Amino acid sequence: MAPAPSPTHSAVTLNVNGEKYTLTVDHRTTLLDALRERLDLTGTKKGCDQGQCGACTVLLDGRRAVSCLHLAVAAEGREITTIEGVADGERLHPVQQAFLDFDGYQCGYCTPGQICSAIAVIEEHAAGWPSAVTDDVGPEAGPAPLTADEIRERMSGNLCRCGAYVSIVQAVARAAAVQAETGEAAEAVA
Amino acid sequence: MREFGYQRASDVAGAVALLGADPDARFLAGGTNLVDLMKTGVERPARLVDVRELPLDRVESTPDGGLRIGATVTNSDLAAHPEVRRRYPALAQAVLAGASGQLRNMATLGGNLLQRTRCGYFTDVTGPCNKRRPGSGCPALQGEHHNHAVLGASDHCVAVHPSDMGVALTAFDAVVSYETTDGPGQVPLTEFYLPVGDTPHRETALPAGALITGVTLPPAPVATRSRYRKVRERASYAFAIGSLAAALDVRDGVVHEARLALGAVASRPWRARAAERVLTGSPADAGTFAAAADAELAAARPLPHNGYKVTLMRNLVVAVLTELAEEAAR
Repeated sequence: MAPAPSPTHSAVTLNVNGEKYTLTVDHRTTLLDALRERLDLTGTKKGCDQGQCGACTVLLDGRRAVSCLHLAVAAEGREITTIEGVADGERLHPVQQAFLDFDGYQCGYCTPGQICSAIAVIEEHAAGWPSAVTDDVGPEAGPAPLTADEIRERMSGNLCRCGAYVSIVQAVARAAAVQAETGEAAEAVA
Repeated sequence: MREFGYQRASDVAGAVALLGADPDARFLAGGTNLVDLMKTGVERPARLVDVRELPLDRVESTPDGGLRIGATVTNSDLAAHPEVRRRYPALAQAVLAGASGQLRNMATLGGNLLQRTRCGYFTDVTGPCNKRRPGSGCPALQGEHHNHAVLGASDHCVAVHPSDMGVALTAFDAVVSYETTDGPGQVPLTEFYLPVGDTPHRETALPAGALITGVTLPPAPVATRSRYRKVRERASYAFAIGSLAAALDVRDGVVHEARLALGAVASRPWRARAAERVLTGSPADAGTFAAAADAELAAARPLPHNGYKVTLMRNLVVAVLTELAEEAAR
């Protein structure tokens, strides 16, 4: 890390969606506020700002995290992926496409967080991670099928005040099936 | 939020030296609790020492068949680890029952043990709280306390410890390792949290400035048949109103060994040794399980609005032990 310009500020380089941004941040700045206010990446949304709603979900080194409880200064050196970075150019990510196909939203405010979270859910499941509703967590049991119950549990950190949950569950299930067919989720979480 | 300094530590000795004995400095790991408390003003550190990148992120088998879990292992990695799931399934279940996928990716073992109570009076800096401002009083005693302690509390504080992970670790005799500027130390998790008494602001036996480096789980064959059951006010992503980590070894219809720890009923994960004593050597049946629960809960001192927890925990103990005994009989 570059020498701190003051005891309460630091120069940091954030790697967001493959681009490097160097900026000086007040240590109090959350990653969420840095993304939105400093880098103009406003796709990531601020909901509760207390880690309870999931609207600010981004991927850190490929894993989902809430950016409102992550200090920007502590994100130096991490690979940050926001909703702006999940598509492959003009080609939507399968999860984005599924949310469109199944109307997995109403007002859309929670949607970027829902999509980032769902991308990770599919990878976590493909990597064999159990959940709180998995009957047998033993490693010999093998991955539980990604049922609607499993999706609801794994997505429970993302709230939707419009109540689009029924469509969200369908969208995640379809995206997981599409990715399983095309082998895109084979790139399991590291 | 108060302005603060930030430093990133790359090794354990450096982290402990950076923090020093400064009571205004805090270690930062996942930040899921600390950053939240800084936003509300409950925590006002002058400096943060970031320990997330310390080389304490491994789960390793010990030569005797136990596990050693590093302090910066994330909840996600702990719950996904094959040896945790194989040898201590209730631990994996407990971790998975806590928080959300996002928070489990951030949160760490060390931070989980040191997280603060979610008592609403503790987090409201505009009012009194003996834990936050010693001597200011405990509004929960006469106020909102439906999710407060029924065991081991005092007239000074009735807050509960919110950890799920800690409940399973307590059942399995975890030992906490830490590092200080004077060298390393260890303390069993059952002695890690201090009795509430009239000092609820003093929460753990950790020396000032100590950094948790990990937890050791001794070998526990009984734990291979274990379960964590959490009761909460919604189906997912909520703190417990009561929980239980239980392990049971039944031989010829008789309890050979049992491990029980209760969650969300006390200021610490509550090891239920009175219940274990009743169980050991007794027939593995509903009568024994109820007697075990009653033995533990005889010490319960419920408040006007949380008496339901005594009934809840009794039913939880009987239900989970019955399931484990039925599994053993199959």
